[in-house]
Amino acid sequence: MSHKPRLAVFKFASCDGCQLSLVALEDELLALAERIDVAYFLEASSRVEPGPYDVALVEGSITTPEDAQRIRQIRRDSRFLVTIGACATAGGIQALRNWADSAEFLRAVYASPEYIHSLATSTPISSHVPVDFELRGCPINKQQLLEVLVSLLGGRRPRTPVHSVCLQCKRRGTVCVTVAQGIPCLGPVTHDGCGAICPSYNRGCYGCYGPCEQPNLESLSDQCQVIGVSRETLVRSLRNSFNGYAPEFRAESDRLAGEEQ
Amino acid sequence: MSEERTIRVEALTRVEGEGALHIRLHNGNIEDVRLSIYEPPRLFEALLRGRALEDVPDITARICGICPVAYQMSSVHALEAALGVQVMGDLRALRRLLYCGEWIESHALHVHMLHVPDFLGYESALALAKDHPDEVNRGLRLKKHGNQLLDVLGGRAVHPINVAVGGFYRLPRKEELTRLIPDFEWGLQAAIDAARWVAGFDFPRFDEAYDFVAVSHPDEYAMCEGPIRTSDGMVIDADQFEKHFREQQVPHSTALQAVRVDTGQTYLLGPLSRMNLNREQLLPAARRLADDLNLEHPCRNIFKSIIARSIEIVQAYEEALTILRDYRPAGVPRIKYEYRQGEGAAATEAPRGLLYHRYGVDAQGLVTEANIVPPTSQNQSQIESDLRNYLPALLNRSDDEVAGACERLVRSYDPCISCATHFLKVSMDRGS
Ligand code: SF4
Repeated sequence: MSHKPRLAVFKFASCDGCQLSLVALEDELLALAERIDVAYFLEASSRVEPGPYDVALVEGSITTPEDAQRIRQIRRDSRFLVTIGACATAGGIQALRNWADSAEFLRAVYASPEYIHSLATSTPISSHVPVDFELRGCPINKQQLLEVLVSLLGGRRPRTPVHSVCLQCKRRGTVCVTVAQGIPCLGPVTHDGCGAICPSYNRGCYGCYGPCEQPNLESLSDQCQVIGVSRETLVRSLRNSFNGYAPEFRAESDRLAGEEQ
Repeated sequence: MSEERTIRVEALTRVEGEGALHIRLHNGNIEDVRLSIYEPPRLFEALLRGRALEDVPDITARICGICPVAYQMSSVHALEAALGVQVMGDLRALRRLLYCGEWIESHALHVHMLHVPDFLGYESALALAKDHPDEVNRGLRLKKHGNQLLDVLGGRAVHPINVAVGGFYRLPRKEELTRLIPDFEWGLQAAIDAARWVAGFDFPRFDEAYDFVAVSHPDEYAMCEGPIRTSDGMVIDADQFEKHFREQQVPHSTALQAVRVDTGQTYLLGPLSRMNLNREQLLPAARRLADDLNLEHPCRNIFKSIIARSIEIVQAYEEALTILRDYRPAGVPRIKYEYRQGEGAAATEAPRGLLYHRYGVDAQGLVTEANIVPPTSQNQSQIESDLRNYLPALLNRSDDEVAGACERLVRSYDPCISCATHFLKVSMDRGS
């Protein structure tokens, strides 16, 4: 490329944790800034350049009609659009409202009824525009982010592993918390990327990287019920996973919730 | 003839989250000053209802990617109050250690990546690094230490997974913590040098009769516990917070303002308030430094928050080192509790200031109610009041200069709009 690729970072409904992963690359940041032109990154720089951009990193989910418009414009302005994190990729924890009576939900926090319509759902970016690459996690793994940027700089399509957290525990040699202690764990159905942190801290995986490829959710549900986890708790764990609205997790929690009735 | 003048900053930069600044003048009189927040809310207080109380620290962490530990700490302390248990001894020390990690990471990010460029005339730390690589690298290393501590003790730097109601899921092994000591020894000295550097900047003149408010503790620089103190001498327990502080409608604005109930006035949270109220409790190196730097006591210039923040980085290193050196893993990682119906509140010191949480729980261990009051939504009205007082001296400058100067004032607060948005009565206009 003759010019430095132009990078933009955009935020929707989110906590900033994913975009901060870029600044958390303390060892690589300055070198990266030599090779990339950071054209739009409100959180880090007062320089604000208009598009087009070569790479857009998009954090957060869509919750308002204005944001649904804004993401379309960003798509038009960006050659390669990467969603970063569970909010952008699956709707995030705020997608819990998708199951709730949203009017009631809003009254719990706000007195002003004018937002009721606009905030009824939280949806991933891919429900609105085509996405070129999705980086999972709540938060994303900064090394994976680096891998994505370096691949794009090298003109390659980024790759990240698709196996489950369960497999990563085996690789790390972590004793299975479910087998040894009867702790419920979403590891068998969750996408790796974190490095299987939770079981190494003596707790079950809570699913923050979302569903892995072809997760066998029904068998996980059966297994959980064998160790005495109620259906209600399972529904809650799947929906609380920060990826509850991802199709596979959603289908299973809805199936279990349906059985309950 | 009447003259209208409008000054806008459509997208504040180098702050956490997204917001705008609108100033309207009529014949040279300030008609409206608004720090508006256009991020859509994520409705945390509503989505917490019906969740298991064990899940609360994981969920509230997601309110803010810069200060997740603050949300976790206020959550677990409030829930423990509801359950009638108290975490003491080594577990308490480890919680302070975790909070030190977040103070270092969050303060170093703000001071070195977001704020210093204002004083040296750069658009970003990336641009600053071209001329001052050593200083920027030092700031990055400090930030990295904070993250490393969070990694080891919390499991990861953003949204740690090791915080539990009652303590932790797993205690760190001795060598996991001792490994950090050499870096933290270097960091303590580097943080002192950085504070000296920062204190030598030029500061705009500004002097406000603030009402400082912070958590205070007789024996330590308060983080997780202690009564709430104000600079005019009010001392209350955290569970009295809602009686004394509230958001109310004010005549000149459509927004709600956080005020003290008794005085009806706005108040200031954050490093400057802590430094002014708790300076006596600083550890020796931090305290000596504050004196050496001739930081006024009390300091009432908000632009000098960067000095207070830099001293607090030193304080956090000093405290972390003590805990790292003394650590002997022993006992259970978390204390037991029984479910019971109840209510509990807590206030802890997030990097940006006092963060209040209150929860109701039922006998099955489910959350029945949640109320969260973040520091930035409380500071918002103080920011607007500061701007009103700061503006008159700027009015003969160009719109761009006024906007730039006001943005600098806002940035001194280290506002976290992502936090504030969930609770503020937002104005959703993205500039239009
Ligand atoms: S995915 Fe998680 S870490 Fe990333 S922005 Fe959303 S809430 Fe924050």
